[in-house]
Amino acid sequence: MMKHRRRMFRGLRQPFRTGVLVLVWGWLLALVLVPNLLVIAASFLTRDPGTFISLPVTLENYRSLMDPLYLEVFLHSLYMASVTTLVCLLIGYPFAWALSRVGKERQLLLIFLLIVPFWTNSLVRTYALKLLMATNGLINNGLMALGVIDEPMRMLYTEGAVIVGLVYLLLPFMILPLYSVFDDLRQELLLASHDLGAGRFSTFIHVVVPLTLPGILAGVMLVLLPAMGLFFVPDILGGSRNLLVGNVIKNQFLDARDWPFGAAAAILLTLAMALLLFTHRLSQRRLGEGGDL
Amino acid sequence: MTRWLPQAYLSLVYLALYIPIAVLVVFSFNDGRTGYRWGGFSLRWYEALFNNSAMMQALWNSLWLAVSAATLSTLIGSLTALALHRYRFRGKRALRGMLFVVMMSPEIVLAISLLALFLLVGIELGYVSLLLAHVTFCLPFVVITVMARLSGFDDRLPEAARDLGATDFIMTRTVLLPVIMPALLAGWLLGFTLSLDDVVVSTFVSGPGYEILPLRIYSMVRVGLKPEVNALGTLLLVFSLLMLLMSQWILARSKR
Repeated sequence: MMKHRRRMFRGLRQPFRTGVLVLVWGWLLALVLVPNLLVIAASFLTRDPGTFISLPVTLENYRSLMDPLYLEVFLHSLYMASVTTLVCLLIGYPFAWALSRVGKERQLLLIFLLIVPFWTNSLVRTYALKLLMATNGLINNGLMALGVIDEPMRMLYTEGAVIVGLVYLLLPFMILPLYSVFDDLRQELLLASHDLGAGRFSTFIHVVVPLTLPGILAGVMLVLLPAMGLFFVPDILGGSRNLLVGNVIKNQFLDARDWPFGAAAAILLTLAMALLLFTHRLSQRRLGEGGDL
Repeated sequence: MTRWLPQAYLSLVYLALYIPIAVLVVFSFNDGRTGYRWGGFSLRWYEALFNNSAMMQALWNSLWLAVSAATLSTLIGSLTALALHRYRFRGKRALRGMLFVVMMSPEIVLAISLLALFLLVGIELGYVSLLLAHVTFCLPFVVITVMARLSGFDDRLPEAARDLGATDFIMTRTVLLPVIMPALLAGWLLGFTLSLDDVVVSTFVSGPGYEILPLRIYSMVRVGLKPEVNALGTLLLVFSLLMLLMSQWILARSKR
């Protein structure tokens, strides 16, 4: 009787379950897996003005990535992204620490203030920076009115402007994972380290840094990759000489119409992501923690 | 360490985060033409904005797209979360992995892969292509939000419902749905905001027939400064802030 009933319910349960799984898998296969395979395939094909891609199969696109002209752009992009990440870490690390030491009530408000920008239009915020940094913008006008400088500084359309823009947009993504590890960091460990005779610096290096390493890695991952893809930041703040990998990909796909080359550049970015994810997983496993998904 | 130093540091960073936004808001009410010098209070840029019919059309397109993308991704995302929470099935790890990859991978890679798909399959670039793309990048965020809610949920409740003779469908509707409702609303709001703010993916998969707001703004701010954008940015800010407050309120209320 019991057995019969259970079977009956399973029969009723199946259509719902099957339906859900087919829907989800269908969506992900059609709109994530297949498109990504297309990009991989395109990166090995030849450019075609009519159909975008055509045979023969070639490694030419990857070879073009090594072309000094593009290599320079990629390295410059990597450089700007790395500086952005480093600046975010230097600002974010003490910030997250200080935030985790604030009283609980205020902490909620402060975290709310931190995620407000995440919910607001990043394009509009980038534009707001332009208002500040323009030659006759507020910073220059203000400094000149105060007599600090005699003539306006050139801030827009420089490498610095792009990095400022990227840091401004990506800082919360560094702070939030750092905050979560600092929040879990137990004060007793620091006291223990102190009692065992370690100085402040030694405690920091041997206790605090290793314990917050997962947060550092997560933050680096969340900042470094987007920092290479956010093409609208250089477009608005950086001028034509401070391009990101994202700009190259966009130009190849939308303007130059060289899909195979654009695809190869995108694969380069994906490989970088895979490498970072792998490092992240590895460190998580070593530290015995599971991810969210 | 002294007490005021961390506090001062926190304040400094918050100032840096909010000054550009504050400047944008203040200058949206500026009467001056240049956009840099204060020329008195005025609502002229808001007026110009509302009289700009192309801009208004783009705004409606964007809102409609965000509503439909949020709704569809909440529907699919919550079902996915339920399946991940309740069922054992083959490829569960792969499914989680794929959602994780969607969330982590650079937006621009998603963008070009979808563009390639749409052109290959012959989907015209416009509302449909934008919708498919936006649902795809919103999906993992909805799944996470709903899963977080489900993980704190007593599994005996659905079991009890089932023992009392409820089918899976009825149990989902009468027991699970009320429990995950706050997460559904929060997920919907997040999806709505992500869709409304997206620039990177939309740049690739939108067509001339369906212009949306972020792209319209993008083409305006690439060259020079447009005071109209200050007004529009301010409105978007207020709007996003309301959405965020609403979702926080829903989540906080449901915790009690």
